[in-house]
Amino acid sequence: MKTNEGDDMIKNRFGVVGATLLCVLAPAMAQTSATDEIAKYRQMLADGNPAELWEMRGEELWKTQAGSKKVSLEQCDLGKGAGVVKGAYVELPRFFKDTGKVMDLEQRLVYCRMTLQGLSREDAVKTPFGSTAKQSTIEPLVAYIASESRGMKMAVSTAHPLEKRAYEAGKQMFFYRGGSHDFACATCHSADGQRIRLQELPNILNKANAQAAYTTWPAYRVSQGEVRTMQHRLNDCFRQQRFPDPMYASEALTAVTMFLAKNAEGGVYAGPALKR
Amino acid sequence: MGNPMRIRAGVAGDTVEVKILMRHDMETGQRKDPTGAVIPAHYIKTIVAKHKDKVVFDANFGPSVSKDPFLSFKFKGGAAGDKVTVTWVDTSGDTRTDEGTVS
Repeated sequence: MKTNEGDDMIKNRFGVVGATLLCVLAPAMAQTSATDEIAKYRQMLADGNPAELWEMRGEELWKTQAGSKKVSLEQCDLGKGAGVVKGAYVELPRFFKDTGKVMDLEQRLVYCRMTLQGLSREDAVKTPFGSTAKQSTIEPLVAYIASESRGMKMAVSTAHPLEKRAYEAGKQMFFYRGGSHDFACATCHSADGQRIRLQELPNILNKANAQAAYTTWPAYRVSQGEVRTMQHRLNDCFRQQRFPDPMYASEALTAVTMFLAKNAEGGVYAGPALKR
Repeated sequence: MGNPMRIRAGVAGDTVEVKILMRHDMETGQRKDPTGAVIPAHYIKTIVAKHKDKVVFDANFGPSVSKDPFLSFKFKGGAAGDKVTVTWVDTSGDTRTDEGTVS
């Protein structure tokens, strides 16, 4: 009798522990059957990713003479030396000696377009987000430069004090609640297993999520019919948080990008990707 | 001339699979812009693929094909190194021809 009761107690204890384990595991497995099917659909679509057309156009633009100085971008230093495109994206944002600032890819492109090619700032930042009516020069360039880092590991440094500062500023902004709805980036992006409708929300504080998120931008967004960059993604986040419009290629967005990119360290870059 | 296409072709046995990515707005003519005016139709009407001067694929596209179309098809009788030429014509009379090599 006593032994039987003892057995029952042990069985119950393990039963409870077993159930608890499952509960703990479930949130980490963010996928539901619906999102699994979407992942399969995305794999099927990946074959004909229109982003490749942007990469082609970007490579062409990189080599095309433009601006008052009638020069191509082929001498632009993206951090690995003049004209070195391969592997540049996975090391950005970074500190640049010539400007004394931490810059992300888009800030650097604006800088090169102005200093190398002689474009005015107005022209260099024109149409950062393209549409059917107005094509962007920046989006194809970003797509091309990013594609030259495909398969390489994210390796952003925070060794320089300004790089460290940008990371810390980005982190502060990530947690800063503001706007009419008191939203922070963290509101949506700091817990496992969250989603809005059928869009999974990566937890930026979870290394694997942060890697998966950062290494798939820029991406061709099917809903927009355009390749969208990280600047656009952040701009859209601000809009969704009911924050004021951020300035394109501003220090603030670079700081947030620094936080995201550093958190994605070691992730294999897989862009330009395909997204909804 | 329209925007460049990306053409990839690979041979397995005697079957060549051709994959084409086209950059085209494929505007249906049903959408309205923010002012309420109809955005005029502008889409690829016909697409023809040739292998050694022989038509291997011929299609009428229309407003039901979405933006930046991806097309994939197979044909027999090709070999590595052969050229496949693809031409599309759209509703505004614009056309684009590109060539791919079978790998």
